[in-house]
Amino acid sequence: MNNHKKNKYIDQSFKVLGILFTMLGIFILGVLIYNIVIAGFTRINWDFLTSLPSRKPERAGIYTAIIGTLDLMLLTVLFAIPIGVGAGIYLEEYAKKSKFSSILEINISNLAGVPSIIYGLLGLGIFVRFFGFGGSILSGSLTLSLLILPIIIVATREAIKAVPHSLKEASYGLGASKWQTIKNVVLPSSFGGILTGIILSLSRAIGETAPLIVVGAMAYVPFVPHSIFDTYSVLPMQIFSWTTRPQQGFAIAAAGAIIVLLIITFVMNGIAVYFRNKWQKRLK
Amino acid sequence: MKVKEKIIEFILKFCASITILTTVGIIAVLLFESIAFFKSVSIFEFLTDTQWTPLYSEKHFGILALVSGTFLTAAIAIAVALPIGLTIAIYLNMYAPTSFRKTLKPFLEILAAIPTVVYGFFALTIVTPFLQTIYPDLETFNSLSAGIVMGIMIIPFISSLSEDALYAVPKSLKLASFGMGATRFQTAFKVMVPAASSGIIVSIILAISRAIGETMIVAIAAGQQPQFTLNPTVPVQTITSYIVQVSMGDAPQGSIEYKTIFAAGLTLFVFTFILNSISFYIKKKYQEKYE
Repeated sequence: MNNHKKNKYIDQSFKVLGILFTMLGIFILGVLIYNIVIAGFTRINWDFLTSLPSRKPERAGIYTAIIGTLDLMLLTVLFAIPIGVGAGIYLEEYAKKSKFSSILEINISNLAGVPSIIYGLLGLGIFVRFFGFGGSILSGSLTLSLLILPIIIVATREAIKAVPHSLKEASYGLGASKWQTIKNVVLPSSFGGILTGIILSLSRAIGETAPLIVVGAMAYVPFVPHSIFDTYSVLPMQIFSWTTRPQQGFAIAAAGAIIVLLIITFVMNGIAVYFRNKWQKRLK
Repeated sequence: MKVKEKIIEFILKFCASITILTTVGIIAVLLFESIAFFKSVSIFEFLTDTQWTPLYSEKHFGILALVSGTFLTAAIAIAVALPIGLTIAIYLNMYAPTSFRKTLKPFLEILAAIPTVVYGFFALTIVTPFLQTIYPDLETFNSLSAGIVMGIMIIPFISSLSEDALYAVPKSLKLASFGMGATRFQTAFKVMVPAASSGIIVSIILAISRAIGETMIVAIAAGQQPQFTLNPTVPVQTITSYIVQVSMGDAPQGSIEYKTIFAAGLTLFVFTFILNSISFYIKKKYQEKYE
């Protein structure tokens, strides 16, 4: 029976370790948020949100960065959603088991694993230099669009896969064509899943810094961009630039900007989870 | 009607083809600039020199100095994330009550949703000062702090993907093991983990790939000194943070500094491509096994 006791003891110890590690993850999340809020909340006020960046940390604001982020996301949505959803529909509904479709599939799974900074180099070579768009909002959003494309495609495919076969069969039975079936049956019933994927991909895009540094996002932009060919800054870029400065005042400003960025990220993730749950319930 | 259907199919196919163009574009851009780079620097020097100083007057182009920094930070990250992530996966799968599991998982996944620039700030302003109270000789920029924080970021990747792999193991195996009188611990390590090993290995490979491509944490917290070293307490530079450093400056197109970031990027791309391909291959084999 000694052996039995020992085994039980090991079993219980591992359980405790499991709880500890799980709690550790959540504890660190708490420490991170707590420290950032303590450091930055004094800066959170209307002036901070509506002031231009400044060389004096206590006067610096994030207005141009917020506008830059909004502009960049708007364009990214315009490029990435139609292409991503279209590609997802093609792969799930049209592509037959051919060499081409298996290459497409391997390729997309590989693209999802390419580091974001490599997308930056792609954007630098193609959009910034080859097409001559320079360090503009256009270059940045095209680069981010390619970066989030695999996420949107995978989410679209998963959502379409979950649509019951019977619905499609019924539509075909009524004489609907393939596209009519997709437009009137498949897309409406997979809408929740696709929307979840899109929101998650945008929340990823909003936090991206590395590829935008490479395609020329600015650390200091004293004006609001007026066209898609203007230079720009984004929130993560502003945070990076402030973090790397030696003055304590900029670290506090960075913490303030992080609070804003985290709120945006969490809200988007929350909305995505909400839609996912609602959609899954409806499917059942 | 027929024509419209055909046009729509063509448009959708074109959308899907953009992903192929992306890959072609990545490889073309990296190769094009790298070939120009290797016209002025020999591949032999690139692969064997241990100094990387393209931004100085005395130029050396030894990628090993960046590769060592890249793998040092990634190794620290995996050393943190693997034991913690795997333990969490086993705990959630074998021990935790369902309700507990359902509340915990979203919390852990928040760790993966936080932008990496935030983790960089966390590493530099909170973790490094904390580590310095334990080990005062730790420099302000170091791979230890960056690696640990990167590890924290990667925990949900390993725990989530490994838990999925454990979940996919047929229930009958688990029940048979319990029926033989095995404890949960014995069942976990003698039955479940071996049965889910391919999925767990995939999660680890993807985590490594993610760690070597991670940019902002190392760019902020690990420093900007390319060093061929395994010392975690001194500043290092990774491939990614070198690309950031050059991009923040103004390297004119056509200059050797400009070309170096593509040669460095190509090196990084090759590493992650190999890792992703291995994981894809294992995943394909593993799916066949259960279906």
